[in-house]
Amino acid sequence: MRACDLLIRGGRIVDPAARRDETADLWIQDGRIAGMGRFEGWARQEIDADGAVVCPGLVDMHVHLREPGEEWKEDIESGSRAAVAGGVTSMCCMPNTRPRLDHAGVIMQVKARAKAIGLCDVHPIAAVTRNLEGRELTEMRELARAGAVAFSDDGMPVWHAGVMRKALEYASSYDFLVIQHAEDKQLTEGGAINEGWVATQLGVSGMPPEGEDAMIARDIMLTRCAGARYHVAHISTAGAVSLVRQARNEGLRVSAEAAPHHFALTEDEVLGYNADAKMSPPLRTEADRLAVIEGLRDGTIEVIATDHAPHHVDDKRCGLSCAAFGIVGLETMLPVSLQLVRDGALSLPDLLAKMTVNPARLLGLEAGTLAEGAVADICIFDPEATWTLERERLFSKSKNTPWHGKVMQGRVTHTIKRGRLVFEGGKILV
Amino acid sequence: MIALRHLFGIAELDAEQIRYLLQLGASFVGLSRRSIRKAPTLRGKTIINLFFESSTRTRTSFEIAGKRLSADVINISSSTSATKKGESLLDTALTLAAMRPHVLVIRHALPGCCHFLAEHLRETSIVNAGDGAHEHPTQALTDLLTLQEHGGFVGKTITIVGDIAHSRVARSHLLAARKMGYRVRLVAPKTLLPRRVEQFGCEVYHDFDEAIPGSDVLYMLRIQTERLTSNCSFPSLREYHEAYGLNGRRLAAAGEQCLVMHPGPMNRGVEIASDVADSAASRILDQVEHGVAMRMAVLTALCGGGEEA
Repeated sequence: MRACDLLIRGGRIVDPAARRDETADLWIQDGRIAGMGRFEGWARQEIDADGAVVCPGLVDMHVHLREPGEEWKEDIESGSRAAVAGGVTSMCCMPNTRPRLDHAGVIMQVKARAKAIGLCDVHPIAAVTRNLEGRELTEMRELARAGAVAFSDDGMPVWHAGVMRKALEYASSYDFLVIQHAEDKQLTEGGAINEGWVATQLGVSGMPPEGEDAMIARDIMLTRCAGARYHVAHISTAGAVSLVRQARNEGLRVSAEAAPHHFALTEDEVLGYNADAKMSPPLRTEADRLAVIEGLRDGTIEVIATDHAPHHVDDKRCGLSCAAFGIVGLETMLPVSLQLVRDGALSLPDLLAKMTVNPARLLGLEAGTLAEGAVADICIFDPEATWTLERERLFSKSKNTPWHGKVMQGRVTHTIKRGRLVFEGGKILV
Repeated sequence: MIALRHLFGIAELDAEQIRYLLQLGASFVGLSRRSIRKAPTLRGKTIINLFFESSTRTRTSFEIAGKRLSADVINISSSTSATKKGESLLDTALTLAAMRPHVLVIRHALPGCCHFLAEHLRETSIVNAGDGAHEHPTQALTDLLTLQEHGGFVGKTITIVGDIAHSRVARSHLLAARKMGYRVRLVAPKTLLPRRVEQFGCEVYHDFDEAIPGSDVLYMLRIQTERLTSNCSFPSLREYHEAYGLNGRRLAAAGEQCLVMHPGPMNRGVEIASDVADSAASRILDQVEHGVAMRMAVLTALCGGGEEA
């Protein structure tokens, strides 16, 4: 008789990596996917997934975990708890910690902490330039050996064109990916929200969409000349989507990610001076939102990532213009993104590909698939369940979300990490 | 009578409330012209003027308005730099609110500061005396009261000239115009116009001379000279005066019926020539006078009429 450690019975298994979408049993042995189909035998533990979707654990390639340095906002443990509560089993943390992720020692420290916690794989993204200052390159080869999966000065752009060119040339010599926070600070200086009708009504300084577009246009030219791999973080404008589409059509190795807030919300969310709707890049116009959705639909944007950016309430409770940029996103990524499926913009497999296999392939991670023998990182969710988001119940230490009090549709019921059930029924099982 | 809980901006008022405030304001104009300039309307009320930006006329206007209505008025001036003071603003406001004033009149560089504070202050009424580049509702109301006393504003065209981007007065007028039935023309180079400002439903000009015919009021905004030349909004005061300054020639082109207004303080020789500021067309000092009456009306609407419910 067959036996397994964990049996997931009767779910809709969606594995975009294998182009699989079928109702079946999935079973796990020794932390790996052991088989799929109809299971007959004995299981040590069983999950009834009838009516639920079973997919690879989500991969979020853009989060801020705030450790080391700002642990009052988030740390690797609370961030990992928020991740698995959102169905995320692998995430990439950005280097704007204190100290920065610009030395191998800090990369190793972050990885060791994450491993000890054991809930969610954490793959650091190291700085492109020392101390994110945009002047001298980091030791990319050593950082990569220590575990960095890509390079970015996120939070800050690599603003200097000459430095960016060298960064792209050097990184691509070893096939490293450079991720840009595309913002021409000379255009966005002093801005708090999107420059446009809402900013004009509120009397708040704006960040023009051209600040994003201009830097991406420049970077695409540099990517062409360097023969590099270039990834646009949190794309938010119609102009940027069109630039990336053009570059990809030309055959350049340019990719982009969109954050759920940029395809779910517009600048109208800020009316009333809502600091929990303030982030960088800012929420844009309806035309931009629709352009991002079209980019997701036609494949221009291959990744959905949260830009999870926890901030303490004191950093938000000081008026819109002074409030810190960013919102938490790990626990809302899936329900917010599922709206794209309900609206008919994307099929469920296409949506899940952007949160599993696509970022995993882009970064070379062993994740994002349910193939036999793969590490058993699994997310199980009820796509229909509705629930009201209450910020106090978030697992993240920070509560800065624009979705407080809003009804969400789609809820993660189980998260499995390396074959072990780590999240079930709203509780972390550790 | 209409009672107000707060006065954040023109945005939150409807036409009926504005008409009521103007009517109330008109009834107070006479009080300041009597020999005994005192009424008991706000006896027992406490008003704190909390000004984080330097101001002479607005703060004094609120102070005199409160005192003429027998309120106890306390002035606090704290000249903090423009931004980054949000949290201390909240703590200051909470501290003052704990002393239980009826009204807190606030001026601060933070746009939306009144909305922000109102989320945290339970009982105190808040009056916006200018929040960054957002709104300055008592100035717009003052201007309307002034015009009401000088031939009315309905159907008229007010041409606002200058730094629209940073002007809270311009925004309050753009909002009031649609509610109250007057037109606004904006005149400025693109560097001083906020994006999509035409969505307010106004006409936008870059050439002052083109905007003059048909204007009933030429409303000149103060140019913050030190700020604007350094950030490339215009090359020099000389060129600004030539392009957007109100001089005698332009005033003559506007015709005899045209009035001149300015929210003050003026830069003579920059946005307005001295002789124009002192001309018969100028209503600039009338604005100041009516400002007191208008603020008496606002304070009365906020906390007049005995015990609040």
